[in-house]
Amino acid sequence: MADTKTKEKKEGTRGGGKAELDGFSRDMLHWFLKQMLLYRRFEEKAEEAYAIGKIGGFCHLHIGQEAVAQGVVGPLRPDDYVVTSYRDHTQALAKGVDPGPVMAELYGKKGGSVGGKGGSMHIFGVDVGFMGGHGIVGGQIPLATGIGWAIQYRESDQICVCFLGDAAVNQGAFLESLNMAAVWKLPVIYVVENNEYGMGTAFKRVSALPVVDRAKGTGVPGHAVDGQDVMATWTLIERLASEVRKGGGPQYVDARTYRFRGHSMSDPVSGTYRSKKEVEEKKEEADPITILRDRLFEAKLLKQEELEEMDQAVRVIVDEAAKFADDSPLPTADDLYTHTYKEINEHGRLFLDGRDR
Amino acid sequence: MATITYREALNQALAEEMERDDSVFLMGEEVAEYDGAYKVSKGLLDQFGDRRVVDSPISELGFAGLGVGAAMVGLRPVIEFMTFNFSFLALDQVINSAAKMYYMSDGQVHLPMVFRGPTGAALQLSAQHSQACQTWYLHAPGVKLVTPATPADAKGLLKAAIRDEDPVAVMEGELLYNLKGEVPDPEDGDFVIPLGLAEVKREGGDVSIITSGAMVHMALMAAGNLEKDGIDAEVLDLRSLRPLDVDAILATVQKTNRVVVLEEGWPYAGVGAQIAATIQEEAFDDLDAPVLRVTQADVPMPYAKNLEQMAKPSADRVVQACKKVLYTD
Amino acid sequence: MATKVHMEALSPTMEEGQLVKWLKSEGDDVSNGEIIAEIETDKATMELVARGDGLLRKILLGEGGTAPVGAVIAVIAGADEDIGEFVSGDGAAAAGAAATAEPETKKAAEESPPEPESSTPPTAEEAAPVSPPDEAPATEEGDRIKASPLARRLAEEEGVELRDVAGSGPGGRIIKRDVERAAREGVPAAAPAAAAFQLSEADYEDVPLTQMRKTIAKRLVESIGPVPHFFLTVDVDMSRAVAARQRINAMLERDGIKVSFNDIVLKATAMALKKHPDCNAHWRGDHVRRFNRVHLGVAVAIDDGLITPVVRDAHLKGLSQISPEVRELAGRARDKKLKPDEYMGSTFSVSNLGMFGIEEFTGVINPPEAGILAVGAVEERPVVIDGRIEARPMMKITMSCDHRVIDGAQGSRFLQTLQAILEEPLAALV
Repeated sequence: MADTKTKEKKEGTRGGGKAELDGFSRDMLHWFLKQMLLYRRFEEKAEEAYAIGKIGGFCHLHIGQEAVAQGVVGPLRPDDYVVTSYRDHTQALAKGVDPGPVMAELYGKKGGSVGGKGGSMHIFGVDVGFMGGHGIVGGQIPLATGIGWAIQYRESDQICVCFLGDAAVNQGAFLESLNMAAVWKLPVIYVVENNEYGMGTAFKRVSALPVVDRAKGTGVPGHAVDGQDVMATWTLIERLASEVRKGGGPQYVDARTYRFRGHSMSDPVSGTYRSKKEVEEKKEEADPITILRDRLFEAKLLKQEELEEMDQAVRVIVDEAAKFADDSPLPTADDLYTHTYKEINEHGRLFLDGRDR
Repeated sequence: MATITYREALNQALAEEMERDDSVFLMGEEVAEYDGAYKVSKGLLDQFGDRRVVDSPISELGFAGLGVGAAMVGLRPVIEFMTFNFSFLALDQVINSAAKMYYMSDGQVHLPMVFRGPTGAALQLSAQHSQACQTWYLHAPGVKLVTPATPADAKGLLKAAIRDEDPVAVMEGELLYNLKGEVPDPEDGDFVIPLGLAEVKREGGDVSIITSGAMVHMALMAAGNLEKDGIDAEVLDLRSLRPLDVDAILATVQKTNRVVVLEEGWPYAGVGAQIAATIQEEAFDDLDAPVLRVTQADVPMPYAKNLEQMAKPSADRVVQACKKVLYTD
Repeated sequence: MATKVHMEALSPTMEEGQLVKWLKSEGDDVSNGEIIAEIETDKATMELVARGDGLLRKILLGEGGTAPVGAVIAVIAGADEDIGEFVSGDGAAAAGAAATAEPETKKAAEESPPEPESSTPPTAEEAAPVSPPDEAPATEEGDRIKASPLARRLAEEEGVELRDVAGSGPGGRIIKRDVERAAREGVPAAAPAAAAFQLSEADYEDVPLTQMRKTIAKRLVESIGPVPHFFLTVDVDMSRAVAARQRINAMLERDGIKVSFNDIVLKATAMALKKHPDCNAHWRGDHVRRFNRVHLGVAVAIDDGLITPVVRDAHLKGLSQISPEVRELAGRARDKKLKPDEYMGSTFSVSNLGMFGIEEFTGVINPPEAGILAVGAVEERPVVIDGRIEARPMMKITMSCDHRVIDGAQGSRFLQTLQAILEEPLAALV
């Protein structure tokens, strides 16, 4: 893990305690670190489980992008909403979905957050405002817009955060959604997790403009932030959320990050589209956990034993999540048909496969 | 009973449901200030204001998805497509979001919403504006679909669709908007037709014409022509295509032993294909003839008037099909 | 796609057919529906039509040859099509294989282990194989009977053997109306053309069986066979009939009609049957069907057998109609040119061997009919009249009755009526 420069100090008293670094309290910063360690260890466990066949299908890991989840979701209120794409485990944990059900979902178990019906790409935690991982690139953007619409319709002061990958800004849904959000001043923050690549295609190869400029034609204000810097990300989102909450209309954030793994578990980490050297350098220089750790070390706000204790604690959480997943039963044949329709109409057949015969 | 148009019936249904439930709103192209491309939403902007009657940009994917998002957190959006032809732009949201959300979220998120607008061909609008879109919506489990044929059905079914807890596509008939018919007066109480109930629009004992939507009227015309030849055709209007009133289908098969399915769209994997499959699975021993289908010709809709007529299903073709299953052709 | 030409069942009872003549030669173009051969059935010479388009590529059954129903007797195919699978080996083998397919299936069914031994009489279903196994109408392709699902269900419910039913649907598909007709008529339904003599419900009355009738039926069948015959003979004084015949023939001479004694017997029989519908009846297993219309079967001797063309609605016809009609039917019967609907559907039959000088004989009932008259020669015999012996033209009529349908008294009353009509032809005017 590389050294990092001490960032410029910012105002703020976040965490409720006394400001220790950039306006964040020591407890707050420890919490950031612990959360990001949790995300990292959770994804590493998933990686391991995938390797031994406990997890199937697509599995998109968030390793390297933890600061975005923590810095964006952290400042939200519990009753705010988060919608994201299929790289969704970490955001779910950040919004408050328990690690056990998330892991069990990856395992395809009954105890999963959606009972084994969704898998890695479709984690939901509606009780904590996590409105799902969605599998089609850009498909979640109109949904977030609609949630923003509903908030405004009800004259509530909630907000909705929509995560999307950099590649999703090339979808029509992106343009259509930001346009409507701007026209109607909807309380939505669109956060691009700009990890530079859509699967195996560098963003700069498929966009004439950088990510941050892609909202310009819609009237939604755009911002760029170092998404590997959890404090910077938090600081920006905290400010934007406050403006949005007050009716200021939608916001757009280019959170610059990097993915240390392949697009999904079935894709190579590096190869034809990016070099091993590039990935290694990024891991060395831009690991969000290392960056925060080193700053805390530097500011003497973290001891090695505390870090080890922290890491040990999250490993216990992850192991428990894995155990929960292992112990959870498989869904049964009865579950196959449940939750297809909320309302089973009194007349007629909804299932045409002979089930209702 | 008042005699009103199909358009007015839909308008009444919208107004009554919006009056009844503040979470219901109408969004779509031209629905507010312009009073709707087909004037279905005439006057609703004045009555309910621009919070609830909303002109959208021409962004079918965007506003369909917006509707889904709003329904995810409990609103009851009515999303109008100027025609369902344009909804193909929105199919990702219909199929990947609306149809699957309740299942994917294991029951955490349900979508009480309506997609509505006209389906099928009008007159000389050619290939991209003249297609029956039912099949696209029926193929994916999770979306319900109704196709009202009369003003009363339009009102009763749209109201039921708005109140349903799942996404319901209400596919109207472009050529039906001016159709007049008797509809119970609002003062006589809430008029709702449950989803999944077919209706025998004409009783008959010799052959069953199973159909829905605008085609019901063609079926009735064909039945009238058959009567002149001494053939007594039954016309079963399915009204809902999902849920599908299989009991009513089986009952009419058992009654007449011969079926012609009339549908506006193309044959391949169409509504008729499903109905024929269901009949042969469940009423095989009641059949005295193979189930025949009358559909649009298996080509895109042409523009030229004569070609268009050839491409569309016709009462004559229904008559011929009926005679064929009766072995009298 | 090659099309097999099968020996088709061209009469409902045909088991095999003889190829009389090929109307096409190998290499000729043939089209679907075109007549390609003449086949002699058990009843008549029938035309065989092609069931596909192409060239008549190979003839597998020569003229004069015989093949069972279902056998492949020729192949229709495109000019370049490989028909090796049909003609490999000798044609007879291929024909034989196709022909035996169905009987083999039947046999297997019959050979399946029987139910535990019991003295229960066979049910109708078990008894079914009594009928010839391959009474295969034209609806059969290979060993498959084409029938609508509904027709199959109805056939099962009605106890109708689909194999006995000819289909009127596309490609010979048996459909609802065919089964209904077969059930109604209690005889194998005729080919589509037979629609001409379709019965309506007004044409007959179904009489349920009383317990006594059931017992009589059961006991007599045990005693004498499936159709328990008994015989009644009456001696008819034909004096007035002879005189009447002379006058009638004088009248009809200019029309070229010559009425025979048999024609007079037919007319009288039809009139008597109309008065005694209990004798104009069919035995239908669980009920008796009495007909309001009289369709008289007239036995005609032909070179190698016997056929019974039908005079329809004989009770409505005068001698001037019956006489030429019988002559015409008999002529075509001898030429084997009768169509199935011309020899099916009779309600009662008459056989006459008078022309051979036979004084008296008995006829065998043609089921499901309930009676047949055996008519002898008209000849002068001494009879006692008012205490004096006189020579009179006499004719003996013996009626064979199915005792399940007709009891002695019923048959006798019918014969009394018949006798009265023949002895006083003026009765026809009353």
